[in-house]
Formats: sequence, C-alpha cells, structure tokens
Amino acid sequence: MKKAKQLINSFLLVELLKGLSVTWRNMFRKKITIQYPEEKTPQSPRFRGLHALRTYPGGEERCIACKLCEAVCPAAAITIEAAERPDDGTRRTTKYEIDLFKCIFCGFCEESCPVDSIVETRVFDYHFETKGEQIMTKEKLLEVGRIHEKQIAADRAADARYR
Amino acid sequence: MNDIALTTGIDLMAWIETLFWIVIKIVAILIPVILAVAYATYAERKLIGYMQLRLGPNRVGPKGWLQPIADTVKLIMKEIIVPQGSSKLLFVIAPVLFIGPSFAAWAVIPFDAGLVLADIDAGLLYVLAMTSVGVYGVIIAGWASNSKYAFLGAMRSAAQIISYELAMGFALVGVLMCSQSMNLGDIVTSQSGGFLQWFWIPLFPLLVVYWISGVAETNRAPFDMAEGESEIVAGFHVEYGGMAFSLFFLAEYANMILISFLTAIMFFGGWLSPFEGYGWLDDITAWVPGTFWLLIKASCFLFGLFWLRATFPRFRYDQIMRLGWKIFIPVTLIWLPIVAIWIKLNIWPFNPV
Repeated sequence: MKKAKQLINSFLLVELLKGLSVTWRNMFRKKITIQYPEEKTPQSPRFRGLHALRTYPGGEERCIACKLCEAVCPAAAITIEAAERPDDGTRRTTKYEIDLFKCIFCGFCEESCPVDSIVETRVFDYHFETKGEQIMTKEKLLEVGRIHEKQIAADRAADARYR
Repeated sequence: MNDIALTTGIDLMAWIETLFWIVIKIVAILIPVILAVAYATYAERKLIGYMQLRLGPNRVGPKGWLQPIADTVKLIMKEIIVPQGSSKLLFVIAPVLFIGPSFAAWAVIPFDAGLVLADIDAGLLYVLAMTSVGVYGVIIAGWASNSKYAFLGAMRSAAQIISYELAMGFALVGVLMCSQSMNLGDIVTSQSGGFLQWFWIPLFPLLVVYWISGVAETNRAPFDMAEGESEIVAGFHVEYGGMAFSLFFLAEYANMILISFLTAIMFFGGWLSPFEGYGWLDDITAWVPGTFWLLIKASCFLFGLFWLRATFPRFRYDQIMRLGWKIFIPVTLIWLPIVAIWIKLNIWPFNPV
C-alpha cells in the first residue's frame, strides 16, 4: 500500500510540484536585496571600522603614548614610538601607525585605551590604490578623527552605559 | 512558381530572386531569434533572482534592460584562446556545428497559417534530426579541447542527449498518430476547434515526457550534467572564451526557445486561438494575430524552463539515466497503444466534428 502510494506520488510529480510552488510564491515576496551605494544596512554604535585618533575639544590630542594598544594588539598591527614633547614636556607619540593589512578589527585597542584616544569608526568602505597606503600614519588617523568626531562622540555616548 | 525554372536552370534571374527572398526570410527569422536569446538571458537572470528573493541585474540601463547588450559587447571584446595541444580546426568548427542545427531547425517552424520558411512534409523528422545533430558540436568541442573536463562533459552530454532522444521520438509518435501528418502546419490545423481539441488532453503523459526530454536535450538544469560546475567546471565548453563561447551560449538558448515553440505547436495548437468556437470569447479575440498566440504559449514554456532551473538541484547521473530509460520510454510505450485505441473508438476529442 505504502509502495503504491509512493509510486502514484512520484508519477504525479507531487514532490516536484511542491518545490515549484515554493519558488512561485517566493517570486512575489518582497526582495531582500540591499542596493548598496544607495541603501545601507543599519550599523551598531559598536561598529568596528576604520580607526581614528581622537582629540579633546580644544584640539589637544588625547593619546598619551601609554602603548597599551600596541601591547594588546593580537595582530601586532600597531607601532608606536614615544618621546617628550619639547614645548610642554608631556609624553606624546612621535609615530603612531596601524597597518590595516595586519589589523583584524577586534577592537582591543579601543577597549584598552585609558583616554578613549584610539577608536574604531563606522567607516568600512575605503580602498588603497598604491602599496603603502594601508599604513595609517598618525596624521591620517587624526584626520579621520577630525572628520568623524561628531559620530564618534555620539557612538561613545550611546554605548557609555555598558562600559 | 519558379519550380520549372529551377529544374531547367535557364531562368537565372528568377533563381537569384528566389534565393534573395529566402535569405530575406532567414534574416527575418534569425534576427528576432537572436534578440529573443539575448533577452531570454536577461529574463532568466531576473526571474531566477526574483524566485531567490534577489533583484537580478538592475544596473545597466533602466531596470537592467541593457544588460544583454553589455554582455554581448564584453564577449565580443574578449580574446578567443585556442589551447595548446588542441585540434585547432575542430576546435574552431565545433561552435559552428552546434549553432548551425539549432538555427536550421527554425526553418520549419510555422509562425502563423502559411507563415513558414520551408513548408516541408517531413517537418517533424527534420526538427528531430536537427536537434540531434547538435550533439556533434558538443562532442567535437569536448574532444578538440584536449581537456579532461571538456571531454567528460562531452561524454555526459552525448549519452544524455541520445538517451532522451528516444523518449522524445516516442512522444512525437503520439503527435503523429493524432494529426496523421508530419508537416508542422498540418499538425497545428488538425488541432483546430478550441483548447479542448488540442493534443495536450489525449497526449498529456507524452506532453510531460516530451517537455522534460526537451529540458534534458538542451542540457538545461536540472539535467545540466554536461556543464556540472561543481565537478567539471563548465563541461564541454570549458576551454572556450569570447565569441566562441557565446556561440555555444546562443545555441543553448536558441534550442530552449525552439523546444518551447515545438511544445506549443505540437501539444497546444500553435498559432490557434484557445477560444476558437467559443461564441463571444472567440469574437472579441478574433483580431489577435495567430503569431501572438504562439508567442504567448511558447513564452509560457520558456518561463517553465527558467522556473525549473530556479527550483531544482542537479540530478545525479544514474538518476538521469534511470529517468530516461526506465521511466520515460515505458510510459510512452504504454500510452501509445492507449492513444491508438482511443483514436479507433472515436471518443472525444477524436470524434469527427
């Protein structure tokens, strides 16, 4: 009996027609494609994208060259050289570089930073055209920070409760 | 009218004139076919996209309408690489051998009453022959490429096409019995009298067998063992690029459209209106040209091909062979005597009108 039923079902293509009906129904459903340059997926305030170095509102750089980020970086992507700044004798970085090819965007540098200097922004769509551009120098990082300071500050404020 | 002149060979001008008109007709058929192929690729990508909750091509031109043009330009610009160690002559000839028959088969397709390039009496046999000859292109392409994958693909394709050829032939025997003619135009006219007189009712199992065999014949998913990306890269045309590849592509889609047209002609009354003899329905659709009905029917079957591809995963090789030999051929062999008895008993739809 079971065999006969199976035979009839396979001859009437029951299973195949079921499959076809699934694709037929899907044809009229809302499409889930996100048309990237025009539309973007929502991002969390904790999004870990391109790095930036922040400054205080007065323009003074936050980084104090404690090298915690360099120490915690699992990919050894950060290189820091520090020295006293001649005009006021504070400890500052003379070189702060992140190799984006090494970076794995884990966010440890941001978490380790005692002064909220190194942060990861929401920027994720960037590219390099020549070799060497992937090294984010101190100037470049500060520049990213200047451009996105408003967003960065808002994101830190949104996440402050959970830190 | 030029028959006498042709046989005696005296009237050269008339001969040239006939030739000229034939060439014009060929162009008038082939250009729409090629355009249809181009937009069939677009329609396929769009439909499969929609069925998979994607949008399909939508960047080139409004709604992606220019995508086929962009693809064509890309293919034309690309270099054709002839692999080292390949059989050069055969390598170059193979795409032509594949595309030639698939275009030649269009010669006997009647687009409307009398609107046919070659109104030959053995039209059905001609179509069957042309769709089978295409396999030579596949085999030669696979062999001449001097590549394992291409060769495996060609072998699979050959075995598959030959197996399904049998079931397809048997299915067409049913059409032959019902219409008492091999001329495709006569096959259509013998179905006149509304959609209940079409052959899809008495020949329903044969219709299913024919159509699925058609999918297998054109090496389309779910029967695309010959291409099998996951195991043999692209099958018989793996070594081809640029225009040489696009000839294979063109021929495959031309074959698909051909199968759709043939299904419409042989089982769904070709250019006939479905409302023939249905009073007011017939009257209000009387202005619709027959070609339009044929195109509607054919595009339904073409849609079916895309739908199948969007739905089913590829068959395993032994499953393909089992389906062809152990299911389709017995089904057709059982149904043919039934149809014979049906015809002899003069029961609907075979009762004399």
